[in-house]
Amino acid sequence: MSLDRRTLIKGAAVASLLPALGAAPFRSARAQAANTIRIGVLNDQSGLYRDLSGPGSTQAVRLAVQESGIAQRGVTVEVVQADHQNRPDVGSTVVRQWIDRDGIDVVVDVPTSSVALAVNTLVRERNKVYLNSGAATSDLTGSACSPNTIHWTYDTWMLAQSTGGAMVRAGGKSWFFITADYAFGHALERDTSNFVRSQGGEILGAVRTPFPGTTDFSSFLQQAQRSRAQVIGLANAGGDTINSIKQASEFRITRGGRTKLAGLLVFVTDVHALGLEVAQGLVLSETFYWDLNDKTRALTQRLGAMPGGVRPSMVQAGCYASVLHYMKAVGDMGVVAAKASGIEAVTRMKAMPTSDDAFGEGTIRADGRKLHPCYLFEVKQPSESSGAWDYYKLLGTTDAANAFRPITDGACTMPRA
Amino acid sequence: MIETILFELELALPQVVLGLVNGAFYALLSLGLAIIFGMLNVINFSHGAQFMMGAFVAWMLLNWLGIGYWGALVLAPLLVGAFGIVIEKTMISRLYKLDHLYGLLLTFGCALVIEGVFRNEFGSSGLRYATPPEFKLLDLEFGDFFLPGYRVWVVMVALVTCLGTWLVIEKTKIGSYLRAATEKPQLVQAFGINVPRMMTLTYGAGVALAAFAGVLAAPIYSVHPGMGANFIITVFAVVVIGGMGSILGAVVTGFMLGLVQGVTDVFWSEASATVVFVIMAIVLLTRPAGLFGRA
Amino acid sequence: MADGTFTAGAAPRVESPGFFGFTLPQGIAFLVMVAFVLVSPFFLYPVFLAKVLCFALFACAFNLLIGYAGLLSFGHAAYFGMGAYVTGYAAKSWGLPPEVAIPLGGLVGAALGLPFGWLAIRRAGIYFAMITLAMAQMVYFFALQAPFTGGEDGIQSIPRGTLFGMFDLTADLTMYWLVAGIFLGGFLLIHRIVHSPFGQVLKAIRENEPRSISLGYRVENYKLLAFVLSAGLAGIAGGTKALVFNIATLTDVRWEMSGEVVLMSLVGGLGTIFGPVIGAGVIIAMQNYLAQFGSWVLVIQGVIFIACVLAFRRGVVGEIGNLLKVKL
Repeated sequence: MSLDRRTLIKGAAVASLLPALGAAPFRSARAQAANTIRIGVLNDQSGLYRDLSGPGSTQAVRLAVQESGIAQRGVTVEVVQADHQNRPDVGSTVVRQWIDRDGIDVVVDVPTSSVALAVNTLVRERNKVYLNSGAATSDLTGSACSPNTIHWTYDTWMLAQSTGGAMVRAGGKSWFFITADYAFGHALERDTSNFVRSQGGEILGAVRTPFPGTTDFSSFLQQAQRSRAQVIGLANAGGDTINSIKQASEFRITRGGRTKLAGLLVFVTDVHALGLEVAQGLVLSETFYWDLNDKTRALTQRLGAMPGGVRPSMVQAGCYASVLHYMKAVGDMGVVAAKASGIEAVTRMKAMPTSDDAFGEGTIRADGRKLHPCYLFEVKQPSESSGAWDYYKLLGTTDAANAFRPITDGACTMPRA
Repeated sequence: MIETILFELELALPQVVLGLVNGAFYALLSLGLAIIFGMLNVINFSHGAQFMMGAFVAWMLLNWLGIGYWGALVLAPLLVGAFGIVIEKTMISRLYKLDHLYGLLLTFGCALVIEGVFRNEFGSSGLRYATPPEFKLLDLEFGDFFLPGYRVWVVMVALVTCLGTWLVIEKTKIGSYLRAATEKPQLVQAFGINVPRMMTLTYGAGVALAAFAGVLAAPIYSVHPGMGANFIITVFAVVVIGGMGSILGAVVTGFMLGLVQGVTDVFWSEASATVVFVIMAIVLLTRPAGLFGRA
Repeated sequence: MADGTFTAGAAPRVESPGFFGFTLPQGIAFLVMVAFVLVSPFFLYPVFLAKVLCFALFACAFNLLIGYAGLLSFGHAAYFGMGAYVTGYAAKSWGLPPEVAIPLGGLVGAALGLPFGWLAIRRAGIYFAMITLAMAQMVYFFALQAPFTGGEDGIQSIPRGTLFGMFDLTADLTMYWLVAGIFLGGFLLIHRIVHSPFGQVLKAIRENEPRSISLGYRVENYKLLAFVLSAGLAGIAGGTKALVFNIATLTDVRWEMSGEVVLMSLVGGLGTIFGPVIGAGVIIAMQNYLAQFGSWVLVIQGVIFIACVLAFRRGVVGEIGNLLKVKL
């Protein structure tokens, strides 16, 4: 028996080696058809961001391709996807091979800031198109801005302004922050604090939580409660946010409605994971919500059943809208020109107004920032919810002109060039 | 001056209680690790994954079979423990004659597989497991400080479990066999005691303890595939500090480090994750065998 | 015995001295490897190959410790990652050329290995593994906090630079030749170390520590030196990787990375000379070509781990060596 297993395992090992060694040379032989656009969806297919991007983003891209009607113009489109495992080295290896060997023209989605920035450099060097929807870092249209990149859905500046500024206007004057102790958390806390102060609010204090590895937020929540702040700002993301919201509910931090929780980076999929019982009363900002209006509901309908049984997130909606707009530009300028230069394609996209069911009418700024309104939501109480995924009520809207960082503040040197 | 100290104390007192909750998880997990290590000489790297399985099994029992918290508290450890027994029987038992490091590597592989399968099956956003309403009776409230009854329960049940395990090992006949088999397996075997079966059951029991901690954790933390990995490295440090294989060391160190972390959270929150490793380095410098270990 | 300790491919014990300390079969294997390194970039993607070679050097460095000193480090990502950060920072912020930046990464790896090794070698076996893991975790927290590492964004857009002011490394193939040179140099250095009197003492310590002590060897010093060398080479591997990919990020210091290098060595064959190289090739190829399977990569890696430990302890190279009755 032992012998059999050994032979089997050896066989398996050899078999697993073969495609690795054999496949690569043949890949390069694939001809670059002049009328074929190749789109690569790169995101997290196995980790924390799988539900909000993952295979659902690919599904959204496929729908956009289909609805763009580009096929009727004789253009074929191929969509491939890969998992970057939230690792920049994996992400950049994939993108290098996509562009150098597989003739990929457009890279879409790419959540996780470190991977997003690495891909940004690669796509620029190779003059392709980069439609980022998933990443939060506002550097993509700031110090790292690129003529090949459009940052579509959201960024940290927008979240901080919407949640920080609008919250104060809604009466949440005094704040206490629970901040993940790394650059991302610090930046969110700093930006949000500025908006809170500029609206006449005050910051009562902040506590830094080790990242990663903090699973118990109860003592930090207690400190926040003691400060008697009206708003507890959660300057963290992912599992940290989920655990802090869950434990805030357990410790009844928000009971009586005196204190509100404000999540600075929370997605609808997180709210779904928490459940209304726990998440009720949480305030957050998004640029897309499936139940926002007739158009978003229709889009959700057309997307059909999403992987994992989720409703589309704003990241997936951004993948849809950005690819749809790219296809319009391709139709406008011709597939040969669009494939020849990523800068030209992106420039054409910037010159055209955008219109889609996810974000409505919008424009793309010279620094690559897509402009659309941003919404401040409060999570409903269980009694207010009328069914599955009925989670948000709208508290306020920041219009497209004011939702994002002014181009002059972004340290982006490209628009002049 | 005195007022500030009093204020700090008032601030610290709730933290002590909250620290004990964290300590309860450290203690339960390192207890399981210590039992397994004492008997099998294997560092169970999949302990975190088995902790996670406990939480997930509780969730599955509730959502698929309608079995609630109390049922899960009994059933989940049994099921996961049985799974552990299968792993021991089919895999770990083949490695006893080899370098102990192979056990570490094997269980590391198991952890990867378990985590990967759960990621595929349940995604990564996490599932929710509501706190059973009956614990509201235990809720404590003084002034601003509110302590959910469930946390009180966790500390109590962890203390009882640790004490019970210690009593079983130190004061009962089975425990004496166990201790004897740890020291001189051949001799004990010669007395007609089935040592391999004892090893299997010990591994099962250690894994069941991890799963038990997992069920306890389900209502507090988000139930997701990575929840065990968050804990396991800290728990390794706890075991090194306590002295490997020492039952008492694991329990005392677990609770103690929970306390230390709880207090650090108040005074210097940035350091609360690293403090455990700093303590570990100091202990290694002064007492290489750990606080309760024999050299 | 041969199966029981970490001396996997230890079939024949006698080593006849030959070319550069290689036995004849080893020499042939080495030539095959060199030939592959020289020819492969014309058939395979150079950046992928460069990645394989970086990890091969990393795995060889790790193997120096486990294979010849019997110490399993579960925290080698710390040296690899800090090497990557320092090389990246030196190349980007100080504008240092690669011939300075990469050795700097190696130096930092070694400098970090000194205190960590000093602390860790107080214990052996499982304790050693857990202590190194805990230390690496502290480095991870440091990397997350320290301003120069760029937090979770890492150091981005690291320039590859111009080697000796002559060779522009932005061309993938030129970069590959540099990596190939570093890899072969590191490989031969490790081989030389192992076959030096120092290496023989290490082996003696691994086989029987009390006897080595009674023979008058200061065992701690030997172990510590091996640890520092291994950490330094890991730092060089990390620094090279940072230049190849233009980035240095937290991935490189994460404990999963420490696990990966263990897996590479295990798959290839712990304690064999060529094992880590083959192991690195297999694992990197797997990660690359299985990327579309998402989280199944994790499961597949775990299964390989288990299979290796249970049925396949000598690893690919060890098994082949056993089959051919030679030590590779």
